[in-house]
Amino acid sequence: MGKTFSEKVLGLKAGAEVRAGEVVTVSPDYILSHDNSAAIIKEFKKLGVNSVRCPKKLVIILDHVVPASSEKYAANHKAIREFVSEQKIPNFFDVQQGICHQVFSENGFALPGKLILGADSHTTSYGALGAFSAGIGRSEVASLWATDEIWLRVPETIKIEIKGRLPSGVYAKDIILKIIGDEGADRANYKAVEFTGEAVRRLSVASRLVLANMAAEIGAKNGYIVPDENIIPWIKERARDEFEVIASDPDAGYEAVLDYDVSSLQPQVACPHTVDHVKPVSELEGIRFHQAVIGTCTNGRLEDLEAAAAILRGRKVHSQVRVLVIPASRQVYLEALNKGLMSIFVEAGCLILNPGCGPCLGAHQGILAPGEVALSTANRNFRGRMGSRDAEIYLASPATVAASSLEGKIADPRKYL
Amino acid sequence: MSRGKAWKYGDDINTDVIFPGKYTYSVLEPGEMARHALEDLDPGFAQSVKQGDVIVAGRNFGCGSSREQAATCLKAAGVQAVIAKSFARIFFRNAINQGLPVLQSAEAVDSLENGEEVDIDFASGKIKTGKGVFVFSSFPDSVLGILKEGGLIPYTKKRLKESLKRRC
Repeated sequence: MGKTFSEKVLGLKAGAEVRAGEVVTVSPDYILSHDNSAAIIKEFKKLGVNSVRCPKKLVIILDHVVPASSEKYAANHKAIREFVSEQKIPNFFDVQQGICHQVFSENGFALPGKLILGADSHTTSYGALGAFSAGIGRSEVASLWATDEIWLRVPETIKIEIKGRLPSGVYAKDIILKIIGDEGADRANYKAVEFTGEAVRRLSVASRLVLANMAAEIGAKNGYIVPDENIIPWIKERARDEFEVIASDPDAGYEAVLDYDVSSLQPQVACPHTVDHVKPVSELEGIRFHQAVIGTCTNGRLEDLEAAAAILRGRKVHSQVRVLVIPASRQVYLEALNKGLMSIFVEAGCLILNPGCGPCLGAHQGILAPGEVALSTANRNFRGRMGSRDAEIYLASPATVAASSLEGKIADPRKYL
Repeated sequence: MSRGKAWKYGDDINTDVIFPGKYTYSVLEPGEMARHALEDLDPGFAQSVKQGDVIVAGRNFGCGSSREQAATCLKAAGVQAVIAKSFARIFFRNAINQGLPVLQSAEAVDSLENGEEVDIDFASGKIKTGKGVFVFSSFPDSVLGILKEGGLIPYTKKRLKESLKRRC
């Protein structure tokens, strides 16, 4: 029997033939952390070593609460900057750059065949560019900084084959919401998910990142899409390093193969308070909300802003709704500015925030009051995530959020196309 | 044998309700984290939990964010173990790395009522409830080593003293 992508990469890293279920000790190519680097530094200092073992492997990107919204956050950022300078960490991105997963990808760290571990659950994103990437905890990152080693269990793989052609007004976000709704939040717990099929091959880099990003929401350790000729030029343009595309063997052993056909898929919405509570938009039309968010590591890229702007162009958002637009990175912001998208948003009545995680995790920039409802392009809608535990969060594509913002209630984007 | 009161919850208990995101970068001390444990799931928990109590839950406990405070806050609140039908991957690792035992036994979970006393025998891998004795899956040696040292940081510290030979 052949091998899956995960078996191959982890085997190469461990220098051994390995199969799903085995535990390997490996050394990653890159270790990502963000504002939580402050807490990681505190743990690192308990280890009794003076220096980071491989400073060039660390990538630190400040994005969660940027710029600092309180003295405590400011002190954290300051401690991180001091550590970066003292340990001579070359890959540091300060508060002006954007969301870690976007900045990491744009800057050519996310490469095919690499092993990337990050102190963030959406580190799964880089599987869209051919890497094995998984989220880990703070103690593990601190320990990695000191030892450059970690144990990982080689995951079993679930293959999701996606056929058909996406209808107009339906996007990668709708595909992944549909899958999460059908399969449940723990379907792929401790497992790898590999997305294949003609519908996936037609997706852009940005759309592929949506699938791998939200693989975390079915519990996956890592998501994977084998890079093809459609996206290799994008990767090459940015690559910091040599890389090798690694594909699963045709006779690889999968734990399950799931088939989807998206030809007649409708826009999907995840309802409070879990990401797997998914319904088609047609069943939710008319639900009122107070705040819209277009952005985040899931849907804050140029094509997302373009999809939203196409609907908002020449129109005004509903007077009872606050619409926050947050480009995923400084580069996305600049491209959106040059394309005139920002004027469309401002003219429509949106509020543009600086690149970063914004209100997604409830730390600043648009906290919800009790009884308020948000409609967001983010990846999580857990109770209390954006502020009050008595608030509600719905998740949808940028087009659905934009169309709904015009009406002040959940609406089908297809009527505005 | 170690006894504690069971606090029973359902499936898919996520890290946002265990430790809200709004505190993740402002609350840094374990004692203070404990005061927010399960705040958005069971607002009375943090005030009433006693040293040695046990969390009992359904499938996919700890899903969501990678925030390690979800494990730290439970341990600091006095929770001696979490028994669940299954655990989300990152939480499972984080709990071990914080020295918080995470025990998988669907049968034990089904047999336990909220508020019931439960006995855990870590040495023999058994959970004793009013309805019977249940075995939980044992840990691989690497994990046992981490739990024995009280978490990954003390474990790594010890290993570093033994010196790591490989070069960067």
